[in-house]
Amino acid sequence: MNDKLTLVETEPKNWQVWLPVLVAAVVWWLAYQTIQPLANWLAYSLLGLSPETHLGQAVAFFLYDVPKILLLLSGMIFLVSTIRTFFSPERTRALLGGKRQGIGNVLAALLGVVTPFCSCSAVPLFIGFVESGIPLGVTFSFLIAAPMINEVALVMLFGLFGWKVAGLYLVTGLAIAIIAGIAIGLVPHVEDGVEDFVWKMVVGKNNLDTTELTWADRFAQARQNTQEILVKVWLYVIIGIAVGAGIHGYVPEDALASIMGKNAWWSVPAAVILGVPMYSNAAGIIPIVHALMEKGAALGTVLAFMMSVIALSLPEMIILRRVLKPRLIATFVGIVATGIIFMGYLFNLVI
Amino acid sequence: MLILLILFKNMIIKVLGSGCANCKKVKAMVTEAVQELGIEATMVEVTKTEDIMGYGIMRTPGVVIDEKVVHAGGVPSKQQMLKMIQDAARV
Repeated sequence: MNDKLTLVETEPKNWQVWLPVLVAAVVWWLAYQTIQPLANWLAYSLLGLSPETHLGQAVAFFLYDVPKILLLLSGMIFLVSTIRTFFSPERTRALLGGKRQGIGNVLAALLGVVTPFCSCSAVPLFIGFVESGIPLGVTFSFLIAAPMINEVALVMLFGLFGWKVAGLYLVTGLAIAIIAGIAIGLVPHVEDGVEDFVWKMVVGKNNLDTTELTWADRFAQARQNTQEILVKVWLYVIIGIAVGAGIHGYVPEDALASIMGKNAWWSVPAAVILGVPMYSNAAGIIPIVHALMEKGAALGTVLAFMMSVIALSLPEMIILRRVLKPRLIATFVGIVATGIIFMGYLFNLVI
Repeated sequence: MLILLILFKNMIIKVLGSGCANCKKVKAMVTEAVQELGIEATMVEVTKTEDIMGYGIMRTPGVVIDEKVVHAGGVPSKQQMLKMIQDAARV
C-alpha cells in the first residue's frame, strides 16, 4: 500500500474548522458590496453605454443581477446545506412515526423544507415512509413541500423580489402542502391507489453508521453540496437573467397587464396548466417571472405559474408512477393544482 | 483450507440505484477505487426497487459491501469511498 492511501486523519482543531468559513463570509460580504458600483462602472464607463438608453439599462441590469444572484445562492445554499446536515430522511421518518393526520401533515411539510431531498430518491423515500406506517396524506405533505420550497427558489425570490415575496412563497407553499396532504388523506380508499407491490414489500434493516457528524464534516458536506447546486444552475441563472434583462429594457410597461393582470380571471388557471408540462428549475424561471411582473403581470398569477412549474413537474410524476396508480397521480395533481389556483386568486385579490 | 478461503475471498460491492446521474457517478467511483486499491472485487448493480428496499435505505445511490450497507444518498468523496472499501477489506 502506498503512502497516499493511508487514511489516518488527525482531528482538525476548532479554529482550523471555523476560520475558513469566517474568512469566506467576510470575502462574500465585501464582494456583495462591490457588485453594484462595479456593474455601473462596467456598463456606463467601460462600455460607454448611456443610462438613458434601453441597451444601457439592460446591460447594467444584467451585470448587476448575475453576480448578485450567484453570490446570494452560494452563501445561502451553504447555510441551508449546513442546517440540513442535522436532518436525514431516516430521522424525519422517525419524527413522523405515530403522528396522525393533521399535526402529522404540518410536521411533514415543515420537515420537507429542511430534509435533504432529491426527486431521484422519491420512490425509496415514499416506500420507506408508507411501510413504517406513516399515513399516505402525511407522506404526500412531505413530497409536495420538499421540491416546492427549495433553497434555490427562496433565494432567487429573495434576491429579485425581496423578503416579503419570499416569505409569502414559503408560507403559502407550506399551506398548500399541508392542506393538499390532508385532502389526499381524506379521499375514500386512497390506499388502493398505491401499487400493490408496495404493500407486500419487505423493507430490510441496516446498521448504517449514524455517528454524530463533526462541524468539519458538516462544512465539508455543505461545501460539496453548494458546489454541486451551483454547477447545476449557473447557466440557467445567466440565461434567465439575460432574457429578463431583455424584457426589462425593451418590452413596454403594462404590456402584459391585459393578459396576465389581475383583471384577466382566466389567467391563474391558464398559468397553472401551462406550468405543469414545463420542467425548469427555479433558477431559470424566476428571473423571467420577475421581468413579467414589472410589465404588469399580477403577483398571484406569476407565483401560481412558478409553483406549478416546480411542484407539478412531469418527470416527478413519471418517477412516482412506479409506486402510484394513474388514478392516485391524477388525484394528487388535481388537488395540488386546485390549491395553487386558489392561492393565485387569493393573492390577486389581496395585493 | 482456511488460507485458500482467504486468498480467494472476493469482495462483492453492490451499487443500489435506478440509473440516476449520481448512481452512475458512484458506480464509476467504485470501479476506480477498486482498481486503485488493487482489491479483488466484483461490482453488481442493483436497480430494482424491491431489491433496493431490501436493504432498508431511503436514499439512492447506496453502496453495499458484502451485504453490509456502507453508504446511502448522494455521491461520497473519493476519500470516503476509498475508506469504505479499505475498512471492509480489513475485516
